[in-house]
Formats: sequence, structure tokens, C-alpha cells
Amino acid sequence: MSEQAEPDTDRPDPDPPDRIRVVLAKLGLDGHDRGIKVVARTLRDAGMEVIYLGLRQTADSIVAAAEQEDADVIGLSMHNAGHLTLAPAMAAALREADLDIPLVIGGIVPDDDVEELRRGGVAAVLGPGASADEVVAAVRAAAGAALPE
Amino acid sequence: MAVDTLTSKYFGDHVSDDRIERPSPETMSGIPVDSVYGDHPLPGEFPFTRGLYPEMYRSRLWTMRMFAGFGTAEDTNLRFKELLRHGGTGLSTAFDMPTLMGRDSDSEWALGEVGRAGVAVDTIDDMRDLFAGIDLSTVSTSMTINGPAPILLAMYVAVAEDDGVGRAQLAGTLQNDILKEYQAQKEYIYPPRPSMRLVTDVVRFTTAEMPRWHPISVSGYHIREAGSTAAQELAFTLANGFAYVEAALAAGLDVNDVGRRLSFFFNAHIDFFEEIAKYRAARRIWARWMRDRYGATDEKAMMCRFHTQTAGVSLTAQQPENNIARVAIQALAAALGGTQSLHTDSFDEALALPTEKAARIALRTQQIVAHETGAANVADPLGGSPFVEWMTDELERRAEEVFAHLDELGGGSVLEGVYEGIESGWFVGEIADAAYRFEREVNAGRRVIVGVNAFTDGADDSERNLLRIGPETEDYQRKRLAMVKQERDDDGVRTSLEQLTADAAEPDVNLMPAIIDAARARATEEEIVMAMESVFGTYVERAVV
Repeated sequence: MSEQAEPDTDRPDPDPPDRIRVVLAKLGLDGHDRGIKVVARTLRDAGMEVIYLGLRQTADSIVAAAEQEDADVIGLSMHNAGHLTLAPAMAAALREADLDIPLVIGGIVPDDDVEELRRGGVAAVLGPGASADEVVAAVRAAAGAALPE
Repeated sequence: MAVDTLTSKYFGDHVSDDRIERPSPETMSGIPVDSVYGDHPLPGEFPFTRGLYPEMYRSRLWTMRMFAGFGTAEDTNLRFKELLRHGGTGLSTAFDMPTLMGRDSDSEWALGEVGRAGVAVDTIDDMRDLFAGIDLSTVSTSMTINGPAPILLAMYVAVAEDDGVGRAQLAGTLQNDILKEYQAQKEYIYPPRPSMRLVTDVVRFTTAEMPRWHPISVSGYHIREAGSTAAQELAFTLANGFAYVEAALAAGLDVNDVGRRLSFFFNAHIDFFEEIAKYRAARRIWARWMRDRYGATDEKAMMCRFHTQTAGVSLTAQQPENNIARVAIQALAAALGGTQSLHTDSFDEALALPTEKAARIALRTQQIVAHETGAANVADPLGGSPFVEWMTDELERRAEEVFAHLDELGGGSVLEGVYEGIESGWFVGEIADAAYRFEREVNAGRRVIVGVNAFTDGADDSERNLLRIGPETEDYQRKRLAMVKQERDDDGVRTSLEQLTADAAEPDVNLMPAIIDAARARATEEEIVMAMESVFGTYVERAVV
């Protein structure tokens, strides 16, 4: 129907074995999707395979997608001050499903909350000031891939 | 932290500055200044490029309307009363995320979100608490809500009438702008067409029965925050405005009745002259289209009245105090652009909800613009500037290209074109492209953002005094909802909801009366939403990046 429904034509390498697969999603009611869409394109431009699930996902729908897509990393975006409730719940859902997939949180997350999120099972937190390079580096590190440079 | 502390911390002032006496304007050198300079058409004259009123802020300063709030209805009520005691006459209600999405506080979707970004309203009981002890015939109430807007309006009407205040006496504004939800803010419930029926039902209902009510605030703010350019904000917002007019005309309403009741809501971003030109172009385009395309004859129906809010997305987490300067410049742009009301953002909003101190500085910022700079003395002081006039023309030209595209998509109907643009993902694609282009420019250093990609020394010494919100409100609100469900007459609830479902299946029936009955029977917001969902279905956006 529209141009953005077309598959990307400028993707690097169709599917090299070491390509990082990232599932991105908005968990819960929060509809702020500017950031996660920019992150999706940024990671794709950095050579990763990005599966964006969209808005209003549940922990269950994200677990199912991550399993099906064989995700290396899960990235969630949170802008409604619910991260201290929602992120640990997501981490718990992954543990319950026996999925050892690192969880990266981005959005309006104050620095003071980072420790608590890490204790709750979050691998990395990208706050409102994170640059594109920092986003790519954090996802690569979470995936256990060698950092470039 | 206790909820009462939080609410008193969190609500912004709502100030009418009409009380402050302004001496007859002269410069600091003592040079007297006229209210306007230049040739016709002057401010107050069609097409209103230079402003809606001949004297602009000399006759009435813009309203400093600070949108804020959270907690339970009772907490919010205390703050409302305090505002009214201090001379305020208008209330601006922020609802929490579950309320905005039509979900009750006990929904699994509401986990972690109850009372956080606004007040939680599940039933008419909450609405009654929200306005307890306030004479609704004397205040004006702004409600920022879209998908479930008819339900919150219904609760408000029912509470007022139970209090002996007729609906005709009620004054206020409902945002009720569903089109930009699909394009940008994403707080929709039903698919676009049944949602537009609800919007139009509210317009019909308020036109017939609530003469002091503004049924739609057509909002570009969220389109801009989602990543659009100024040109896109202007074009998409006015196109949505045209779509609402077309829908109302199709429902048999008079164009003058509709035009007089619509208002707008724009962003004030950091590109100073482009923003000013945007407001000027908006007034001109709206006036021309209302007169020439839709046949309005009353000049009041051609006037693009608007509220402005400074750009939350322009605030940086790095060196957040710098944001005070950004907000001041944006507020000045809104004033020079002729806004009717203004909310200034707090400098700490890139990190969390604002603290009391940050919210006060934000209000003080627009008071400085209003009372110290002289910007309020002369209407459209940049009118006639070759650059500003050229930019106004250029933004109008670009907007007209978008209107032509949508008009063609819709086969001669902007409304149909907007539907098509939503369903095909055109709007979200355009906005996402613009957002990504901007980020790439910032990351490549082609666009300087002070403290972010340039002049970054001193980023580590910021004060970290952020507002924290605990889970108490959520627990309290859930218990309260459980109590209402236990007390109410379940048969009455069921009957009213069945009637609403039946009415929803009849496209020509206005749903407002049945929604008011359901609200009065103490049906919950989510129950009322579900009663219509069984007919209307739901909307799931295609996930495209």
C-alpha cells in the first residue's frame, strides 16, 4: 500500500550468521514511539536484523516473538514512568519461559533508577541523552558481540 | 512520598494575568508605541495573518494555562479548589494513561500506570470527587482526552446535572481530536471511521445543547513531538481541521456553528522565525479555506484560535538548566506569533515529571516574556519583515501541497484523504522519516544542540532532584473502583450498556444520550468503551519503522 511497507532495499548482507537479531517493542499502554522507531532504523543501519513488534505489546507477546524470532537482544522503550514496574516484570517473564535473552531498556529513565533496573534483570539502560553510537554499542555489548573499534 | 505532597508539588499555576495593571506602553527610553504598525490587512482583519484581534495583547494578554496533574480525584480536587481560591477561573485536567486509553484502573493493562501521568477516572464517582464543592456553572474546564472523550464529557455533564447545573451552563474544551492519535500520539481505541462518528456526535450534541462548550481542539502539538517538521505540523493539523469540518457538514451542521467552536493547539519549537511564520500561516490558511472552500460567512468561524505549548522534545537531558533558555525563546515565538494561551515546559522534563520548582520557573519564564520584554505591546511586531513574510508564504505553499495531495487521495474530500493517509501509513511514515532525518543530522554534528553534540563540558554537575511517584495511588484507586462495583445496581448498568450497544449499531443515532445514561448508572469507563467496541471493533496499527 505505502512506500514504507516495502522491504528495505539498502540492507547490508542478507543474513550473515553473526548478524545480531533484535526484537523491539512498546510494552503496555505507552504510545510514545518516536524514539523506538529511530532506534530501529539506527540498529538496522548498523547491520542488525530488527523486528519491531509495535505498540501495546504484553510480556507474553514479547516472549513469544523473541522465541520465534530467535532474538539475541530484546529492546523496550518506556516513556511513562512505569519502567520500575514493567521492566522487572518483563525480565521475570523471560526467566519463566527459560529464555536467556538480554533485555535493554530505553526512554525516560532517570540515572538513579538504573541500578534498580539492573538488579531486576535488565542488561542495559539507555537514557534520554543516549547517542546513536551508544545505542548501537549497548546492543552489541548485550548481544555479546565484539565491539567495533 | 505521600500522594497529597505529590499533587501539590505537581500541579502548575493556572493564572489569569488580567489582574496585573499594565501602564500605557512605551519603551524603556520612554518612547510611546502604537498597538500596531503597517498597512491593511491589520490584525483583526481577514485573513488574520497578523493576529485575530486589533489590539492583541493590549486588549487581553494570553492565558497562562499550565497543564499538569496526577493522583486520585480527591487529591486533584483539593488543588482545583486552591487554584480557584487564588483567582483562577479555568481548570485544566490531565488524565492518567489508562483513562486516556479507555481502561479501568483494575485492568491488567493499567499496571504501573494508574495516577502517574494524570488523574485516574474510572466512574462517575471519580468525576464527582474531582469537582466536588466547585460550582460548575462558573468555571471553565479543559479536558485533555481523545479516544474516550465522549465518556468523560458524559460523566461531567451527569455530575453537573446531579448538582443542579444544566448542561447549557457548562463551559469548557474537550481535546477530542482523534485523527492526530492515529498519526502521532497513538491513543486510539476504535478504527478511524467509528471514532469520527463519536467526534461528530460530540460536536452535534454540544452544538445543540452546550453552547459554551468547545468540542474539538485540533492539535498539531503531538504531531510535532512525534517527529514532524514545522511545515508538516502546520499542514497535517489544518488538514485534520478540514476533515472535522467536512464530517460535521456531512452530519448536517452549519459551517458557521462548527467554525466558531473549533480551536487549535500548536507546538513552539526552537527555530524561532519558522515558528512565528507557522502561526501566521495557520491563521491565513484557515481563514481562506473556511470562507472559500467551506462557505463560512461569520468571521468568527474563520478564526484560527490556538493554544501553544513549548516543545517537550527540544529539551535535553544533558545540562538540563539550558532548557530554561530554550523555553524562553519558544515562549517568545508563541507570543510574537499571536497565541491565545501558552503552556511553558519545565526544564527537567527530559528526565522525569517536573518538580514544583521547575514548574514555577516555567511559569515565571512566560511572565517575563509578557511583562518585561515589551513583546505584548505591539501586535505582530514582525509583520512586514521580508524574511518572516517570505517564510509565512513558503509554509503556506508547502501546506497547500499537502492539502492538494490529501484532496486527491480522497477524490475531492480532505476527510477521505486523511482516512486514506492514516490507513496507508502515509502520515506515520512521513513523521518517522522526518524524525530519523533529524536524529541523523544531530548524530553527524550537522545540527548543533548545545550540551549534546557541542559545548558538552560541565554536563556532570547537574542537580538530580527529580519527582518520584510511588504505587499508593494505584492501590487506592483499585480499592475504590471495587467499592463502586459492589455498591451499584448491576441491572441498571447492564440495561444502559445494552442500550448503548444497540444505539452504536444505528449509524444515525447520536450516542451521547446513551453514554450519559451509562455514566449515570455508574458503568465504568472501560465497560462503556467495551459496549461500543462490540460494534466498532478495535484498531491495531501496522508496525512500520
